[in-house]
Amino acid sequence: MGSRASTLLREEEIEEIKKETGFSHSQITRLYSRFTSLDKGENGTLSREDFQRIPELAINPLGDRIINAFFPEGEDQVNFRGFMRTLAHFRPIEDNEKNKNPTASEPLNSRSNKLLFAFRLYDLDRDDKISRDELLQVLRMMVGVNISDEQLGSIADRTIQEADTNGDSCISFQEFIKVLEKVDVEQKMSIRFLH
Amino acid sequence: MVSLLQTCFSNLSCSRAVLSRGHNDKKPQLSLKQEIQELRGCAGCLTSEFNLTDVLFFCRKAMENVVDDDVTKRFSPQKLDSWNLLTRNNHNFCHISLRLKVVWVLGLLLRYGVLLPLRVTLAITGICLFLVLSTLVGVLPNTRLRSCLSDKVHLMGCHICVRSLSAIITYHNRQNKPQNDGICVANHTTPIDGIILANDRCYSLVGQLHGGLLGMIQRAMVTSSPHIWFERAEVKDRHLVAKRLIDHVADKTKHPVLIFPEGTCINNTSVMMFRKSSFELGCTIYPVAIKYDPRFGDAFWNSSKFGLVRYLLRTMSSWAIVCSVWYLPPMNRKEGEDAVQFANRVKSVIAAKGGFVDLKWDGGLKRARVKEAFKEEQQELYSRLVVGVSQGADNAASDSAKES
Repeated sequence: MGSRASTLLREEEIEEIKKETGFSHSQITRLYSRFTSLDKGENGTLSREDFQRIPELAINPLGDRIINAFFPEGEDQVNFRGFMRTLAHFRPIEDNEKNKNPTASEPLNSRSNKLLFAFRLYDLDRDDKISRDELLQVLRMMVGVNISDEQLGSIADRTIQEADTNGDSCISFQEFIKVLEKVDVEQKMSIRFLH
Repeated sequence: MVSLLQTCFSNLSCSRAVLSRGHNDKKPQLSLKQEIQELRGCAGCLTSEFNLTDVLFFCRKAMENVVDDDVTKRFSPQKLDSWNLLTRNNHNFCHISLRLKVVWVLGLLLRYGVLLPLRVTLAITGICLFLVLSTLVGVLPNTRLRSCLSDKVHLMGCHICVRSLSAIITYHNRQNKPQNDGICVANHTTPIDGIILANDRCYSLVGQLHGGLLGMIQRAMVTSSPHIWFERAEVKDRHLVAKRLIDHVADKTKHPVLIFPEGTCINNTSVMMFRKSSFELGCTIYPVAIKYDPRFGDAFWNSSKFGLVRYLLRTMSSWAIVCSVWYLPPMNRKEGEDAVQFANRVKSVIAAKGGFVDLKWDGGLKRARVKEAFKEEQQELYSRLVVGVSQGADNAASDSAKES
């Protein structure tokens, strides 16, 4: 039983994660159980291979981009805190949170943070702009070999043209928000975690 | 004592789900096409070929799969609702009370001090007896007497092995028991499956010839009864395998062949893809569903974690192996049905009877990566949405036939 104790989650850690992400106690323990079942190396962190082992994720055309979102810049391992932080973006927004004190720090699952998460899926080099090349690369990931370069190029051009308001041929985060302003992001980017 | 355990553990349930979605949901799952169009509709762009919102669909799907997926949890032991006093099933439970610890220690002493030695002795006796008698019967000339005796020897061997595992088996629908003219297929959880089934009637097993103790048993078996063992090199030759199976099945005096089409052990909560090779032969199929009760001992063999000997020791030091076997009515391939459709039909019948989840995923994913072709299929489905608008209605017809 001794060695197992070191991998069990301590109460203080659970409290910290609760404060940072807003998940409930039981949700955190359940997600920890999921984290450990994915962690084949049993070293307390997940690598990209651990994610790739999930077949449904491996066949997702944007699987690699989503997996990448878990890992901090330039790192190859993610610990449980990082895992929860990324998942927190997909926590549904509860009604009592909407009227919270506006000066308190923004929760991870706010509309703005959810949109930022989606924006970063396109923004490959993290320069806060979606260039034509980046858009093309993501499009290519989603359609595979089924569409020609020219057609894909014209789709990218049209998308940028429609979204770009300041004429720099890139989509900034503000322009991205404008395109998605009518989308119910709170619902479309939320997962129903069991309580 | 039982109520003490129940009160201790009623609120320590280790739940099996993290998400509320999927099979329990009343809302039907939307297809890729429907969801993306819903997203585009929200953004006010119904006619565009591509929209920045498309990515939200893949994103949410991916996150749902990170949190809970259908496949990876099939390759580890089933989680229990309350503890059964076996350390190996003690995943997220922690120390409750001294009284419980005492009970657990008593249980440990009983299992390892009394049950395990008894069972191991019985098993060794049984195997030795079987080897000797089987070889003796094999010496007799090939007459009806010999096959009668060999059946009895096999059954005796199985009865002893079953007792040594403390297996409590309930057979249902015995009128559907496999006959000599077909192939028996069942879901696979453990190497013991074969013994559980062979306890009721004799089967011919198919498989690769091993070395060591297992190989010795295999060779002894074949001296008195026609099993189909292959050398390692022959296993790859599919035509050879098919021919031997067909020849065997055609001979009505020989026992039905026992095959596990999943190809690997799954943890008894689901049935995974059936390999189509057994279903191509044109023989009658006798489906059997085997369901283990996980409370008395986990029967699943996690072959990537430990080997066969350790597995047997674990099994023999559990409380018992309690299982139900359902014999299902024989099935034949229908007109115009190909082997894959037939295999899926048999699989869904077994899944329905045993209360398993019917999955289309390959059990081989336990060790191997998923094929790129599935990802390409997803990309193809999506690209139809992107170019579909410009190519018009003739694509829409083929779209509705496919679901994501």
